[in-house]
Amino acid sequence: MSRTLGPFAAVLRRDLLLAWRGRADVLVTLAFFVVVVCLFPFGVGAETNQLRSIAPGVLWVAALLATLLSLHRLFAQDHADGTLEQLLLSPEPTVLWVVAKIVAHWIATGMPLVLVAPALALLFDVEQGALGVLVLSLALGTPILALLGAVGAALTLGLRGGGMLLALLVLPLFVPVLIFGAGAVDSHLSGTGADAHILLLGGGLLGALALAPVACAAALRIAVE
Amino acid sequence: MMKEMKRPERGKSLFRFAAPQLFYPLAGALAPWFAGAAAVLTIIGLWLAFFVAPTDAQQGEVYRVIFIHVPAAWMSMFVYLIMAFWSAVGLVMNTRLSFMMARALAPTGAMFCVVALVTGALWGKPTWGAYWVWDARLTSQLLLLFLYFGFMALTEAIEDPRRADKAGAIIALVGAVNVPIIYFSVKWWNTLHQGASVSLTKAPSMAATMLAGMLVMALASWAYTIAVTLWRVRPLILERERHAEWVAAELDALEGRI
Repeated sequence: MSRTLGPFAAVLRRDLLLAWRGRADVLVTLAFFVVVVCLFPFGVGAETNQLRSIAPGVLWVAALLATLLSLHRLFAQDHADGTLEQLLLSPEPTVLWVVAKIVAHWIATGMPLVLVAPALALLFDVEQGALGVLVLSLALGTPILALLGAVGAALTLGLRGGGMLLALLVLPLFVPVLIFGAGAVDSHLSGTGADAHILLLGGGLLGALALAPVACAAALRIAVE
Repeated sequence: MMKEMKRPERGKSLFRFAAPQLFYPLAGALAPWFAGAAAVLTIIGLWLAFFVAPTDAQQGEVYRVIFIHVPAAWMSMFVYLIMAFWSAVGLVMNTRLSFMMARALAPTGAMFCVVALVTGALWGKPTWGAYWVWDARLTSQLLLLFLYFGFMALTEAIEDPRRADKAGAIIALVGAVNVPIIYFSVKWWNTLHQGASVSLTKAPSMAATMLAGMLVMALASWAYTIAVTLWRVRPLILERERHAEWVAAELDALEGRI
């Protein structure tokens, strides 16, 4: 038990500690999320009914973009200072610490978005009954974004113009998550119930958790080869 | 020299063409045949499309765009699957030629995507009254185009060819896993949002000549894809194998011809 969990916990702890020491970076992601969401009323007008109807989509697109912007940090620093190579050389299973890094990354950048989202939803006058569904959909969906994005981040590691390339690679893959995430809130508001969307997001999370770390580990090996 | 020494080991297996050195002349020999087949089939297909196939009772003459549109849409999807297939073969067997095939296929697949989208828009304007609707098929076709862009951008951005090959192969496979998920999610999203969806599959029964024209055009697209891919893979092989002796000899021969 401890042989498997040892390296996982060590990497998780280290990455969380690093994130805590550099909290400014983490807060920038959160601030970006808040600012982007607040831009929409200026663009589409402050008519309450309209804002209420676009709120789930706006929150989800903003969360997706914030996740995307934070992705490059996932491996870049470790790649620059050689930690990544040492980790790859170590006898510990690659997939294990890759998952630990992704989990730490999500706790540092994804979870704050999930926690702040209900407050922002109130700015759009979303009815309070839907806030729980919104939080649940984001809590299930943003880890999928982090897992898929990690593959893209590993593939574009150390490339010129990596950020734009990363966006081009992963945004099409994010579409199903966006559809089911925003759809969960929409269908709750329209009275059809969000169960199906939430279950699909949960299934997607499990599928991504099973497959993405393997692809990510392979991509990391290629990147530092 | 090398050629003479290696020959006895190779035997008659088709797998010997996995060696870039042997595939290069084969591709050069086969490409013109496929190009010729594509030209002949296109002429037959277009003749069937414009002169033989009857005017559609509901849509009039506009429907004739399907003779280009449907084969292009089919090909755009097939090419991605073939690309993913070569990527998987490349990753498993570690054959350089497989990666080169994947990269040679991508621009053709993207081109067919664009053709399908543009002809679809031209058909949609008179039929649906709009160039674009967020129909499941249109949207997933658009996302497929983005996946092609991602593959091409990634493989072009990485300078080390080995890394570019393998990174491209991984993103092609990740994309291939996601294509069905994207398709069904978009389909569901679409049916949730608009009740009566416009669909391309509404033609109830198709005249035999229409079907024949479409199939001939599909075959023409296949032949075209094969010909263009073979032609595109040849310079890729030369570029990658430029340190090999046979490439030097080949380039000398090419220069002599000019």
